[in-house]
Formats: sequence, C-alpha cells, structure tokens
Amino acid sequence: MTYLHNIGAYFIMIKDMFRKPTKWSVMKTLIFKDIDDLIIGSLGIVAFISFFVGGVVTIQTALNITSPLIPKYLVGFATRQSVILEFAPTFISIIMAGKVGSFITSSIGTMRVTEQIDALEVMGINAINYLVFPKFIALMLYPFVISIAMFLGIIGGMAACIYGGFSTLDDYITGIQMDFIPFHVTYAFIKTFVFAFCLATIPSFHGYFMKGGALEVGKASTTAFVWTSVVIILLNYILTQLLLS
Amino acid sequence: MIEVKNLNKSFGDAHVLKGISTSFENGKTSLVIGQSGSGKTVFLKCLLGLFYPEEGTISYDGKIYSELNSDEKRDLRSEMGMVFQGSALFDSMTILENVMFPLRMFTKQNKSEMEDRADFVLKRVNLADAHYKMPSEASGGMQKRVAIARAIVNKPKYLFCDEPNSGLDPKTAIVIDNLIQEITEEYNITTVINSHDMNSVMEIGEKIVFLKDGLKAWEGSKETIFKTDNKVVTDFVYSSELFKKVRQMYLEERQ
Repeated sequence: MTYLHNIGAYFIMIKDMFRKPTKWSVMKTLIFKDIDDLIIGSLGIVAFISFFVGGVVTIQTALNITSPLIPKYLVGFATRQSVILEFAPTFISIIMAGKVGSFITSSIGTMRVTEQIDALEVMGINAINYLVFPKFIALMLYPFVISIAMFLGIIGGMAACIYGGFSTLDDYITGIQMDFIPFHVTYAFIKTFVFAFCLATIPSFHGYFMKGGALEVGKASTTAFVWTSVVIILLNYILTQLLLS
Repeated sequence: MIEVKNLNKSFGDAHVLKGISTSFENGKTSLVIGQSGSGKTVFLKCLLGLFYPEEGTISYDGKIYSELNSDEKRDLRSEMGMVFQGSALFDSMTILENVMFPLRMFTKQNKSEMEDRADFVLKRVNLADAHYKMPSEASGGMQKRVAIARAIVNKPKYLFCDEPNSGLDPKTAIVIDNLIQEITEEYNITTVINSHDMNSVMEIGEKIVFLKDGLKAWEGSKETIFKTDNKVVTDFVYSSELFKKVRQMYLEERQ
C-alpha cells in the first residue's frame, strides 16, 4: 500500500509541478542557478569518468580479440557502440543519480526540515513548482552532458588504443566510422531525456515529502539514489525493447 | 480580524483540536499558550491554511477560508506573514534577498523600490548593517529579526509567530516581543503568537487563549490571567516559584 501511495503522490507532484507557475523573473534566476549546479557542476566528473571508462572498454575489447582473423578496427567499432548505446546514456545517468540526485534530495530535504518549504507555502507560493520545475528545465540540458560523455569516451578509447599499442589510429578511426546507424544516437538521446526527467523528479519527490530531521535527510538521499537507479535500469530495458528490437 | 468557530482537526484516531472558537482582533497581539502537545502548532497551521480542519470555519475579515477558490486563497495568503520557530530563512539567499523575497514574488516593484522597502524594514527591526550577510552568519536573535522583517515587508494584514522567542536569551526575547507588539500596533496587524514563554504572556499578551488537550481551556488577557482561579491555567502559568511570587505581589497590590 505504501508503494502505491508513493507512486500516486509522485504523479500528483508531477501535475503540481506545472500548476500555479512562479513569476518568470524569479523562475529564470532559479533555472540558471540549477543549470550551474546540476549541469555545469557535473561536467568535470562526467568528463573524467567518460575518458577513462572509454579507455577501459577499448583495452578490454582489444584484449579479448585474440583471433588474427578478426580485424583490428573492430576495437573502435565496439568502443563506439558501447559508449553511444549504453555507457554514456545509462552508466553516466546512474552516476548522476548519485551526484545530482543526492544533491537535489538533500537540498530540498533540508529546506523541508528547516521549515523553508512551509515558509514558501504560507506565502501562497506553489513550492513544488518553485523547487522542482527549475530542476526539470535545467536537466533538459542533460543531453549536452551525455554528448560530451560520448565524445570523451570515444577519445579516451582512442588514446588507450594508440598508447597501449592495441591498434593503429587509422584502424580505430575506421572502426568508429564503420556501419554507423544514426538512429542509435537518436535512441541514446531519447533515453537521455527520459532519464533526465527521472533525475529531476524522483530525488525531488524524496526530498519534498521527507519527514524528520538531519538523519532522515541522509536516509532520503540514499533512498532517492536507489530508486532513481532502479527506475533508470528498468526504463533502459523497456526503451531498448521498444526502440531497438 | 480573525474569527475561529468550532474548529476540529484530527490526524487518524488522534483528535487534536476539539471545537475551538475564538477571535483575534486587529492591532492587538494575541497569544496562544499551552503545554507541548496541546494543539497550539496545529491550531496555528490551521489558521495559516497549511492544515484543513474537518469541521469549523476560520474567517479573515469576514472571508471564510474554506469557501475561497484557489486564487482567492493565494491572495489571502499573500496578506499573511509568518515567523517560524527556526526562522526558516532561505539559506541560499542573503539577508537582503530574504527580506525582498515576498516583494519579488507578489509585487511589480523594480529592484531599487524593493531594496528601499527591504532597507526600511531592516532598519525597523534594528538590522541596518546586515544586508549582505548570509543567514548562517547571523545570530539567533538576528535571524528572528530578519524573519520578522520578511514577514512584514509586504505589509501583511495578519502576522503569525510560532514560538518567536525559543532559543533566545531573556534580553533578546524581550526585544523580539516588544518589536512584534510595536509592529502590530503601528501597522494595525492581527497578530497571533504561539508561545511557551510566560515572560511574553505577561509582557505582550493583550489576548491570551489557553489550550489544553485540544480544547480551549481559558481565554483572557495579561491583566485577567493574574486574577483567574482557573486551576488548569494557574497550574501551567504559575508553575515556577518566580511567577507564583509575581502573582502574589500583584494580588497583594490590588488588595
């Protein structure tokens, strides 16, 4: 019953997010602040992880190609496919569920604990619109982060390939250009938009409706991370089934 | 003027407010007192529209809250100011931005007009040089004064304070009490304060409503609270030796 109640409360929160909008002059500031906190603030860690995981994917692929009959450009091909289809949109989203999700839950949860949300409601402000909507809009720029992750993942793979001596630059570039299907990028970005929606709303839900004190803020952050990850993994499976099979 | 009639509020099986009826007049400081768990905070949150009572009505200058549509409720709420127990200042904003916040949300004033108004109310609460501090850099007393400034900046008709003196030293508590009373008289606001602090009761309680177990056990003023024989009230208000002596002296003086 609790799960059903929470699912219902989540969808009511989504509806309330679009009701009674906050003044544009105020909302604009909030959106830019959230873009800075959620998008710009995540670029460093995303770039670092993407570059090195791209390299690891390349090394592992190269090491598993033992037959001389398999062409070396397959390393580039496998890296591109792994990074574009799965690593950048899904793996980075799980990392963002930890980084951005816990930030959203703890910041909104702290506002709940310290009665700042009550203060907004007393003033007649739609607190859900004020707090959640700017995060939702900011995270609509999340595909920009994923584009960078895709690019740096492939560059990381290239660096590992060349400096590790697994294949030549020409082979790698041939591999990443081979049998390119543009719909795979579309598929990745459709997933990215869906995951961005989850990243903005699930942690906000856990922060907004939390009860208790500082300890519960920590628990809510952990719960938000777990549920955001679970939902991302499930939606990843459903979207892959729908779009690629 | 706020009129409360037969207010009932429950949470599950717990009947928290049991048929409370009272009224709070303009330009007067009214206090709601009672032990912890007596229903004071629930009562205040019902007045603020944060909780919806199952039964009874609350009217603000004749407008019954439950009969208003959502836009009218929003307009009414913009006429309310609230000072929370923990101040509830927005910690991502400076003190000036906190005070300007209601103006940014509800008025069409330009930035300099908003700054002028915020500057005026900050001076009114004796915080002339704290504009650019963050709330975390301000002391408890300063935070309370900022919360009062934020509550009154948009010229509210109704001011609600939840334990405005909690966590403050006695001297600062008196400053805050006097400030609230002065502002109430100056702007002719209807002020309702939840308090445990007997100093506040004696100092500024122009009207006192005593709650016990969700019932209105007594109603009076700072003058009549000395004379009352209501045992429930005297047990609570005069539980300390100091206040017992104060009462005794008051009664002896009158004889």
